[in-house]
Amino acid sequence: MEIPYTVEANPDTGLNNPKLGVWLFLASEIMLFGALFSTYLLLRVNDPAWPKGEDYLSWPIAAFNTVVLITSSVTVILAWGNLQLKKPDKARIFLWITVALAFVFLFAKFYEYNLKFSHGYYPSTNNFLAIYFTLTGLHGLHVIGGIVVMGYFVGPGFKMATERPQQFTNRIEVVGLYWHFVDLVWIFLFPILYLL
Amino acid sequence: MDHSDPKEVQAFIRKSVIVFALLLVLTVITVAVSRVDLGGTMNIVVALIIACIKASLVGAYFMHLISEKQLIYSVLYLCAAFIVVMFGLILFHNANGIIL
Repeated sequence: MEIPYTVEANPDTGLNNPKLGVWLFLASEIMLFGALFSTYLLLRVNDPAWPKGEDYLSWPIAAFNTVVLITSSVTVILAWGNLQLKKPDKARIFLWITVALAFVFLFAKFYEYNLKFSHGYYPSTNNFLAIYFTLTGLHGLHVIGGIVVMGYFVGPGFKMATERPQQFTNRIEVVGLYWHFVDLVWIFLFPILYLL
Repeated sequence: MDHSDPKEVQAFIRKSVIVFALLLVLTVITVAVSRVDLGGTMNIVVALIIACIKASLVGAYFMHLISEKQLIYSVLYLCAAFIVVMFGLILFHNANGIIL
């Protein structure tokens, strides 16, 4: 059975269904992270002895990861752009770079977690570390989710780029929306956890 | 934006690269400002303003929200209302000395 409106816009919404679907998913994600950010705020404003991020965390690693994520946001745009320009081979290279950058982010995060554990810092140590591990852990799971989806598109799913190019381009556009959201969450996590 | 027009697509890519450069500059500014003591609250305000500018750039250009369909804006208004209520409740109760 053919799924309707995967390429052309649904006349009722003015959008193709994948795009609307991803935006609805992102709306639920905004509320999920919004609830956790407000938890952070609640813990912070009620604790006069709230520590500075750098008392426990290393901001240079986080700054490095910020650059990595921002760069990967651009490479996914370059992948989408090259698909629009009918250059699938070039698009695939940019998709591979995006996946590689996502792995770099995870490795840096893994290194950072290891460092915390070696210093005896665990989620149970205090409220700051509890919310730090919760927020960055959930964000890390989203990075893994992005790797799985983009890994599929750049690997076995890439044959669609030649069979149904416009549908594939739309898929990369919506996975790109998700990936930019992951970047956007990190843009807030970086200062509130590491710098303030 | 007309996605089928190669010139439009190339212009969008160029714009995205400029936004990328701006985001890198703003990241450097975020770190630099955090190294300067502006007084506790002011440091937080400045860092959050910069983060909001960065998020707006990502949303507006990378996620195409600068020219999107009304339905998506409506969904996002709902999210914004949710966030305002969540944050507002905490700040209001805290300002009035009410322990949640």
